[in-house]
Amino acid sequence: MPVVTWLKRRLVVIAGLITLGYLLLPNIVVTVFSFNQPKGRFNYEWQQFSTAAWQDPCGVSGLCGSLSISLQIALWATIGATVLGSMIAFALVRYRFRARGAVNSMIFLPMAMPEVVMAASLLTLFLNLGAQLGFWTILIAHIMFCLSFVVVAVKARVMSMDPRLEEAARDLYAGPVQTFLRVTLPIAAPGIAAGALLAFALSFDDFIITNFNAGSTVTFPMFVWGSAQRGTPVQINVIGTAMFLVAVLLVLTAMVISNRRTKRKA
Amino acid sequence: MKTTNDSGGDVRLTGIGKTYGAFTAVHPLDLTVPQGSFFALLGASGCGKTTTLRMIAGLEEPTTGTVHLGDQDVTHLPPYKRPVNTVFQSYALFPHLDIFENVAFGLRRRGIKSVKKQVEDMLELVQLGEQARKKPHQLSGGQQQRVAVARALINHPKVLLLDEPLGALDLKLRRQMQLELKRIQTEVGITFVHVTHDQEEAMTMADTVAVMNAGRVEQLGAPADLYENPRSTFVANFLGTSNLIEAEVDTRSGDDIVLRAGGGKLVLPAARCTAPTAAGGKVLVGVRPEKISLTHADDAGSIPEGRNRITGTIADASFIGVSTQYVVDSAVCPELAVYAQNVERDGRLVPGAEVVLHWSPAHTFGLDADQDIDAGVGSVEEEAA
Repeated sequence: MPVVTWLKRRLVVIAGLITLGYLLLPNIVVTVFSFNQPKGRFNYEWQQFSTAAWQDPCGVSGLCGSLSISLQIALWATIGATVLGSMIAFALVRYRFRARGAVNSMIFLPMAMPEVVMAASLLTLFLNLGAQLGFWTILIAHIMFCLSFVVVAVKARVMSMDPRLEEAARDLYAGPVQTFLRVTLPIAAPGIAAGALLAFALSFDDFIITNFNAGSTVTFPMFVWGSAQRGTPVQINVIGTAMFLVAVLLVLTAMVISNRRTKRKA
Repeated sequence: MKTTNDSGGDVRLTGIGKTYGAFTAVHPLDLTVPQGSFFALLGASGCGKTTTLRMIAGLEEPTTGTVHLGDQDVTHLPPYKRPVNTVFQSYALFPHLDIFENVAFGLRRRGIKSVKKQVEDMLELVQLGEQARKKPHQLSGGQQQRVAVARALINHPKVLLLDEPLGALDLKLRRQMQLELKRIQTEVGITFVHVTHDQEEAMTMADTVAVMNAGRVEQLGAPADLYENPRSTFVANFLGTSNLIEAEVDTRSGDDIVLRAGGGKLVLPAARCTAPTAAGGKVLVGVRPEKISLTHADDAGSIPEGRNRITGTIADASFIGVSTQYVVDSAVCPELAVYAQNVERDGRLVPGAEVVLHWSPAHTFGLDADQDIDAGVGSVEEEAA
């Protein structure tokens, strides 16, 4: 039975390809439908090929405005959550202080709590404080829920760092600032970068918490949701595809750079 | 390079101590390490030797006392302002920098721009010139160890501190590196302070050894002096092996003390006894296993007069090539250890044989009986486990 043998030998590869297909299929559909020219207001059935939406991605009113707001919030939320989260991670790993255990587990609460509950309670809080809902309330909420993920990512890295490396740096004439810049930061960098990427992705596509606390501000996920009620412009697929391509490009660049580096060193 | 004709390399610790809450890691101690010497702090884990070293490095703030380097009081200087460098246990090489940058680190932090020549020379000294562009994880343990030494030495510190630098290496490589480190120390003439739990390592490398136990220096001296004249049961047991026999002072005759042990008499030079020697007092009589000769009971008449002797039965004999190690049961003391060189082996010395153990009184030392007879036994094995 040569076919059975052939299948047996390649079982792992075949299973891998099927899983990969399962993961990528939604992206392929989004990409394909970004070249569609729908008949009605809904872009759910293939009609005919067109590049019209790609030539005019901002052609739908409000779309590019909401995209810009989402990118700004994601950027600031990433910076805020990464700086705060990294500091918390260092404090939790490196220092012994009162209530350290409690803080350690409370950091996980926002991850474990259902988003809807957090969204509603945040809204209650903002309303009681008399805060003006909008850009700033969204940003505060995003930094808050990204924080736990950054802490987890950075903590894992800091825990595997040998504290003697910093002692060695201090022993070799590096003051506190130099030690941090030359030794601590470069070694912790992969963990911090992973935390930052995670924060950006989470903030960019968050819908539930944002929807509760946005006031009249409209982010990109809110715009997509809103337009899905009335009809989906092809431009949404264009933006989605573009984001996907940018992410893929970033990953590829990172891989090429690290490959070159290892080759040069060896 | 700095000239070293001043006393810049002396390390003087005065009343230095360290406590963590209720726990005393190091009891206040005074210690002077002379310029250019190879000094070892020897002890089991948790004895305070590493804490002492870290206080010299500035990585640990002493609770009491002062640290002087030459005439300079460095007690409150941070580590990056002290002319002292450390070779860390498990090396602590920077994983994100290559070997060249690891070695250049100290020079660059002090603002020295042209480091190439110095780094290359230093890598030559430790025979790693070819590896300059590799990352630390690409090197073997022995090579990493040499990088750690080079990274510290390139700064021409007044004192080089070594914290168990050979602990992670296998036995053969460790022996090789011991000689290598000793060679480098003689070559550069810098004061080395070496922390180790390996008594052989300390005795092979150091000019002076300080034996530490439970946060105190038990005894300090040249390796041979410590071995021959231990002043406490801890030192007697921790450095090599000792037979300790409980005895009672009988009389004093001239420079010797006569003691009763079991039914027999033992003679001990008064100068080698650290215990009070009033008649009737208890003393622990010590003798090293290799100083004892074994004679079969049938030949007891051939033993010269004036030697200390004990009769017993061989309980166990293990042949280990150059020597045979016997365990002898005696009424005076169970399990006496005897190491006999395998020059001419007596075929009758097998387990069960009646034997006479005898040794020169000059090879006997006396210790205060008012201490734990087993102190220091097994400390080394604990550490290795």
